[in-house]
Amino acid sequence: MTSSVTEPVASASNTQALLEVTDLCTHFETDRGIVRAVDGVSFTLDRGRTLGVVGESGSGKTVLSRSIMGLLPKRHTIRTGSVRFEGREIADLPAKEMREYWGARMSMIFQDPMTSLNPVMKIGKQITESVRQHLDVDKKYADELAENLLRSVRIPEPERRLKEYPHQLSGGMRQRVCIAVALACGPALLFADEPTTALDVTVQAQVLDLMATQQRERFMAMVLITHDLGVVAGRADEIAVMYAGRIVERAPTSVLFSDMKMPYTEALLSSIPKLEQPSHTRLATIPGRPPDLVNPPAGCKFAPRCAYVQPRCTEEEPPLLPATHPGHEYRCWFPVGTPAGDEALARNRAAKASA
Amino acid sequence: MPEPPRDEVPVAGPEGHRDLERYAEDSLDSGLAVGERQIYVSAVAVGDEGRRRGAGLGFGAWLAIGWLAFIVIVSVLAQLDLLPLDSPTKSFAECARLGPFAKEGSAPGHLLGCDSNGRDMIARLAYGGWSTLIVATGAVLFGLVFGGILGMLAGFFSHKTDTVITSLFNVFLAIPAVVLALSLVAFLQGAATSSGGGDRVDPKLLLILAIGIVSVPLLGRITRASALSWSQREFVLAARAQGARPLRIMIREVLPNVLPAMMSIALLGIAIAIVAEGTLSILGVGVRPPTPSWGNVIALDRGRIKDSPHIIFEPAILIFLTVLSLNFLGDVVRARLDVRESAV
Repeated sequence: MTSSVTEPVASASNTQALLEVTDLCTHFETDRGIVRAVDGVSFTLDRGRTLGVVGESGSGKTVLSRSIMGLLPKRHTIRTGSVRFEGREIADLPAKEMREYWGARMSMIFQDPMTSLNPVMKIGKQITESVRQHLDVDKKYADELAENLLRSVRIPEPERRLKEYPHQLSGGMRQRVCIAVALACGPALLFADEPTTALDVTVQAQVLDLMATQQRERFMAMVLITHDLGVVAGRADEIAVMYAGRIVERAPTSVLFSDMKMPYTEALLSSIPKLEQPSHTRLATIPGRPPDLVNPPAGCKFAPRCAYVQPRCTEEEPPLLPATHPGHEYRCWFPVGTPAGDEALARNRAAKASA
Repeated sequence: MPEPPRDEVPVAGPEGHRDLERYAEDSLDSGLAVGERQIYVSAVAVGDEGRRRGAGLGFGAWLAIGWLAFIVIVSVLAQLDLLPLDSPTKSFAECARLGPFAKEGSAPGHLLGCDSNGRDMIARLAYGGWSTLIVATGAVLFGLVFGGILGMLAGFFSHKTDTVITSLFNVFLAIPAVVLALSLVAFLQGAATSSGGGDRVDPKLLLILAIGIVSVPLLGRITRASALSWSQREFVLAARAQGARPLRIMIREVLPNVLPAMMSIALLGIAIAIVAEGTLSILGVGVRPPTPSWGNVIALDRGRIKDSPHIIFEPAILIFLTVLSLNFLGDVVRARLDVRESAV
């Protein structure tokens, strides 16, 4: 199971990466067959850095984060590959030992602040719960810490809010509370699973900025999961684009936006509405649906929806190929912006026009 | 406060603003302050919402609470001998079988008449209320504790634990409740006697155990269903992601959310247990005479329904009203919980 750890690329160059995921596969046994929710994902993440994970719903983003944290139920789940955290292999640790990490060293913010807080527990209690478990402190100290946390996530009148219940707060305020809960024990790694999807656009930026500030202050690593390239554009150091359980393109943020190679990334980007377009411009969409993860298509998983598709794409799956810029990898035979890609696109357009 | 005539409130439309202005002027002309008028308008607009979430329980619920409070207070005071009542076992031979609607006429000095042994019905019912209530609430408490624990375990851990516990519940539910309760009383009595303490064990305790055991799977299944759905909420996963232990999650995160459902079903459970006590009395294994209970008062004189109907109907009416109140309150509690859940 851990034999693939010795893959030299990641481990040799940077031995003290905070998080090192190698060839992680998470498959679910279902009545229909095996669902390959995460299929061979590798990446490393250093302290203080942010990795943006982008993909459509069902691309395996959430399963990836929960799989790394070991939060998935054990039943009907097959997990292989290696997860090294602070130099220790944690992929096979039992829940009992993982509990030392959960909350204290790594923690998670969920998508919907309406459901990720307990409706019948006071906010103060929800924050101090894990503090009192992980850090050996008395109640008074924990309460003060909770109040300071609420203040640092910019909740006005924290001492009053501590005694309130979640339903007395607005959505944005609740997500701030969730952030406070997640940060309570000073984790080194924070997973944010679509933290702003359920929020009003007007508070999305505030919450994201708040997370960025907290990350800087605590020198924390963050995995920011989203379906919106716009969310990670200015905030992630590196972006991994996921499709059908795999990373299909990975690059430092500026490189990804200026020199994307994968047609899927291009399609995602062009489906974001742009301000400079005139009103009533038809929004570009990606035709078709994400593939069935029980019986994925042979070859490139994106081929059925790709504008660049060629016969080779449906027969042979492209590996992660290195691009010119260091740290940039992609899975494509006919990459965007290369002569091969341009030719493929032109050929498809001509065929469509003549048909 | 008079209800504002609804048809007078202008409907928002293209002319809405002008209408509202004219409406306000009219109100001023008619000597009504605009402020007050606006309060009426907004009251009409939020009317339904306000009623649903408002603090008022409604007349029926208060009536039910009032009745239950009356029954509990009278029973407790009677048991503490604080009421000026005759002893429930004292016999007035000259008044036997007499009472309102009785064939042989009413009993002077006994408002509700006397039973076939000449014992005062008011005293029988007041003291009997204590037996009935203690057996019913005791049984439901027993069911809540054990059914609650089993249901929480099944719902929270699910899978194998759930399979085992749910099968157990199903086995118990497959046996007719009365037969199960009957055989449990017989079995428990036998066990108490053979252990040497046969007469010292309060027969009420045996009843509590028997009805309680019967209620375990009923209350357990409700708890399980509620625990199952709450355990799948994201905040449970969030608590796990913060490193909370399973037992802690079960008790601190899930249980407080499950409790309201358990409370609502407990009220219905007490109602069912009161009826069950009556049934067991008629079958001869209820509260043991001469100690009265509503059930055994009926059971003792069930042959006299024609000549002295008051002996049967008085406790029956008490049972009827009490069970009705409990059922009604249970529904009110459940309705209010649904509102709260959807609002959160």
